[in-house]
Amino acid sequence: MDALLHQVLAGLATGGIYASVALALVMIYQATHLVNFAQGEMAMFSTYIAWSLVNAGMPYWAAFFLTVGFSFVFGVLIERIVIRPVENSPVLAVVVVFIALLVILNSVTGWIYTYTIKTFPSPFPEQPLFGNKYMSSHEIGAICVTLVVLMLLYAFFRFTPLGLAMRAAAQNPESGRLVGIRVGWMLALGWGLAAATGSVAGMMVAPIVFLDPNMMGGVLLYAFAAALVGGIDNPAGAVFGGFLVGVLENVLGAFVIGNELKLAVALVLIIGVLTVKPSGFFGKVHVTRV
Amino acid sequence: MKLKLIPIAALLSAALASPAVLAQKKYDQGASDKEILLGHINPYSGPASAYGTIGRTIAAYFKKVNEEGGVNGRQINMVSYDDGYSPPKTVEMARKLVEQDKVLLIFQSLGTPPNSAIHKYMNAKKVPQLFVATGATKWNDPKGFPWTMGWQPNYQTEARIYAQHILKTKPNAKIAVLYQNDDYGKDYLKGFQDGLGAKAKTMIVKEASYEVTDPTVDSQMVQLQSSGADTFFNITTPKFAAQAIRKAWDSGWKPVQYLNNVSAQIGSVLKPAGLDKSVGIITTQYLMDPDDKEWKDGKAIKDWVAFMQKYYPDGNLHDVSNVYGYTVAQTLVQALKQCGNDLTRANIMKQAASLKNVQIATLLPGVKINTSASDFAPIESVQLQRFDGTTWVRFGEVMGK
Amino acid sequence: MNARNLAGMAIVLALACALPFVVSEYRTFQFTLVLVYAIALLGLNILTGFNGQISLGHGAFYAIGAYCAAILMDKYGVPYWATIPVAGAVCLLVGFLFGLPALRLEGLYLALATFALGVSLPQLLKYHHLEEWTGGVQGINVLKPDAPALFAELGLPLSQDQWLYFFTLGITLLMFALGWNLLRGRIGRAMAAIRDNHIAAEAMGVNNAMVKSLTFGVSAMFTGVAGALGAVAVQFVAPDSFNIFLSITFLVGIVIGGLASISGALYGALFIQFVPNVADEISKAAPWAIFGLFLIAFVYVMPAGVAGAIHMGMARLRRKRQNP
Repeated sequence: MDALLHQVLAGLATGGIYASVALALVMIYQATHLVNFAQGEMAMFSTYIAWSLVNAGMPYWAAFFLTVGFSFVFGVLIERIVIRPVENSPVLAVVVVFIALLVILNSVTGWIYTYTIKTFPSPFPEQPLFGNKYMSSHEIGAICVTLVVLMLLYAFFRFTPLGLAMRAAAQNPESGRLVGIRVGWMLALGWGLAAATGSVAGMMVAPIVFLDPNMMGGVLLYAFAAALVGGIDNPAGAVFGGFLVGVLENVLGAFVIGNELKLAVALVLIIGVLTVKPSGFFGKVHVTRV
Repeated sequence: MKLKLIPIAALLSAALASPAVLAQKKYDQGASDKEILLGHINPYSGPASAYGTIGRTIAAYFKKVNEEGGVNGRQINMVSYDDGYSPPKTVEMARKLVEQDKVLLIFQSLGTPPNSAIHKYMNAKKVPQLFVATGATKWNDPKGFPWTMGWQPNYQTEARIYAQHILKTKPNAKIAVLYQNDDYGKDYLKGFQDGLGAKAKTMIVKEASYEVTDPTVDSQMVQLQSSGADTFFNITTPKFAAQAIRKAWDSGWKPVQYLNNVSAQIGSVLKPAGLDKSVGIITTQYLMDPDDKEWKDGKAIKDWVAFMQKYYPDGNLHDVSNVYGYTVAQTLVQALKQCGNDLTRANIMKQAASLKNVQIATLLPGVKINTSASDFAPIESVQLQRFDGTTWVRFGEVMGK
Repeated sequence: MNARNLAGMAIVLALACALPFVVSEYRTFQFTLVLVYAIALLGLNILTGFNGQISLGHGAFYAIGAYCAAILMDKYGVPYWATIPVAGAVCLLVGFLFGLPALRLEGLYLALATFALGVSLPQLLKYHHLEEWTGGVQGINVLKPDAPALFAELGLPLSQDQWLYFFTLGITLLMFALGWNLLRGRIGRAMAAIRDNHIAAEAMGVNNAMVKSLTFGVSAMFTGVAGALGAVAVQFVAPDSFNIFLSITFLVGIVIGGLASISGALYGALFIQFVPNVADEISKAAPWAIFGLFLIAFVYVMPAGVAGAIHMGMARLRRKRQNP
């Protein structure tokens, strides 16, 4: 029983990682209706920027917010400079551009910072909360941060005019233009927000998995699955999906199928869910009219 | 016909054996009066890209040798390609090096699957596949594959040493094993199981594997802890080793821990994990760790640091891989020096198989390089050492040959 | 198929046949790989370009084909040429079976499902219960075939590489002809109809489910045949050779080559085989960054792929000639 609890809690901790990246994926999807495969690498790159700042002597929170700001700008620039020219190309061409971004960011980061792992500081205390042995303070803190970000984003999209404009621009760009929304800038804003969310994810993940250029590689698949399981257009669903995937993977690996096949089985289960509930658990069901 | 040939053959061999002819220069493709052209394949990208630094250190070392006059007056030029740890790419790059770039030999290709992919090709083409960067046992097979030679102590031997140590010091231990689910991890596991012999089944209470693409090994560590084991064999690469050490401590699990040599580094593993969390970890080693108090101020590491600062300033001074590259490059230079003016591939293999008690400064004291026609394993001696929080403390004797 | 097109193809074919006698063995080996990738890309293009079903996991079918060939050759002593149709048949079946449940998934969801397939296959290959057949992490070594003695007797001795090139070329021509025939006919039109507007297609009487699953199967078959040929060319299969990056490379290949284009498969294959090497020559420090830049450049300049760009270029030329 204790073992099960331990695995579930460890799963929540890992799930927190997936949840935060899934959140960034959903952000980008909400703004652009595209899944950005380079999201993980952008987050990783932002984390390295933060690392450089901290290494240069800057206090943690200063570096944190500076990095979030930098990532926002970086996301906007990428949208304006790299993605804008291929806006009207077929979807797969845009996917290839994302893949190119992924590859470029990974390669450049490895070149600048080398591939040896680095430690990334955590703002949370070293000692585990209440001396518990299941989750470190950082893991609990990271989950809390993800939830805070989620609430901020929810509030932004739901209650601010800018958030509404962004949603409109993504859902129906033509109508959006007709009512005066600057669709191009909405897209850029969406990218900026997603990049900023991703950087928070990266900075929360790095203390757990250690910082190296390949840090996000394995996470992306799970984040993708999490985002879809929770509903690709629902940020809260993405976070839920992340936790679900984390716990599922751990429990399967420990008690059901063993570590060697847990990846395959976890994914089969997720796909099974999607065949039964094609919009994920909390996604909006799209009815297509002929 | 035959009768006439014999006297002629006798005359010829007498002539060839004369000293004047021995000093004659003999070259295979890639060698000349001015240069020795080497081929090299490393994973500069992909999942094993952390090892790409070895290739850069080696290149830097050859630059140093060249500036100091080269080997027997010849400049060493190394052509290095990236295979991304993908065997089909390794095959393509090996063929490019041998057939297009026309190198003399291929040096330090990295990884078991990449090397397995070109194993037969290199031996069919009779091109030396020298000092490969992997600890698999199969590179020591002079009869079957006379053109392939390993360098570092092989994984199975290392694992057997740990097994024997456990049998000696803790015969009733309950052992948990974490291993990377690939050739390197499974090789270690096999050696370990063989080392425990009949007791393996009862002593090993849990084995957990992980993939190189897994973000963390937390779940596996929880599984191992839940098995109630009191001894832990940690077969992981640096990133996962650090995670495992930290998770064990966080979960309040304090087993006797054996860490594979691949990750037994202070700067890139124990420090990130936490030096205080790594106390008591046992490993074997044959190289000097540049962060180890004992070697830091010694001439060997000081020379190495000077070399890195001059020829590879971007290189990480806390990464043992860079000491590895420095040491293996010197081994090759030694073998090439012994070749003299006979730079045929056959002679290179012969000289590589004639390294007698070669000592390189950055090898641990007592560890020497020895090869022979039936022994294609240059380094077979290692020493057990235990981490005390700041440094590795060696104990026992240097084992092996 | 007008006369000009046929003439063009004949010239290309002649050049292809002359190739192994003019270039080194190493280059012949590289071009053999180009042909292998061309078949694989044609397979993916049939599914994604012509039928609109995205697949991020085609590397898995390539792997299955490769392992079929390797296991048959290594464990059962089957001659190399006999393994090709078996690999194709196995992948046809597996692809069809995968396509059935995948029917319910569209767009992103199908992408995830195929991504999952591509990611988990290496783990399956390493699974210790299957180790006896797959060789586990150690992989399987495969022997390179010799050219049939017939050629030597005819006074035209072929080296192993040259023979393998011609063998692969023959299979490539066969597969391309097969593909062309399929896409030209009713099924091809049904596939395109589903891609463009699947509701209308269903309304028009196309059996969406059947066509889609069949397309998956056929697409897998092509890629599986390519995998088998690849295994014989490289002479080694191991789980590490078939990771998710291979699937992504295939996707990149068809987009760069040209979606919904048969010749695009060839351009894409040339790109994925040679451009990484070129990138490596340009920058030793960050070659994949250069490769990424190439990708972006290609997509900017030729959003419809190389085939699309050539098509437009030819159309422009024709118009110029008509209106001087």
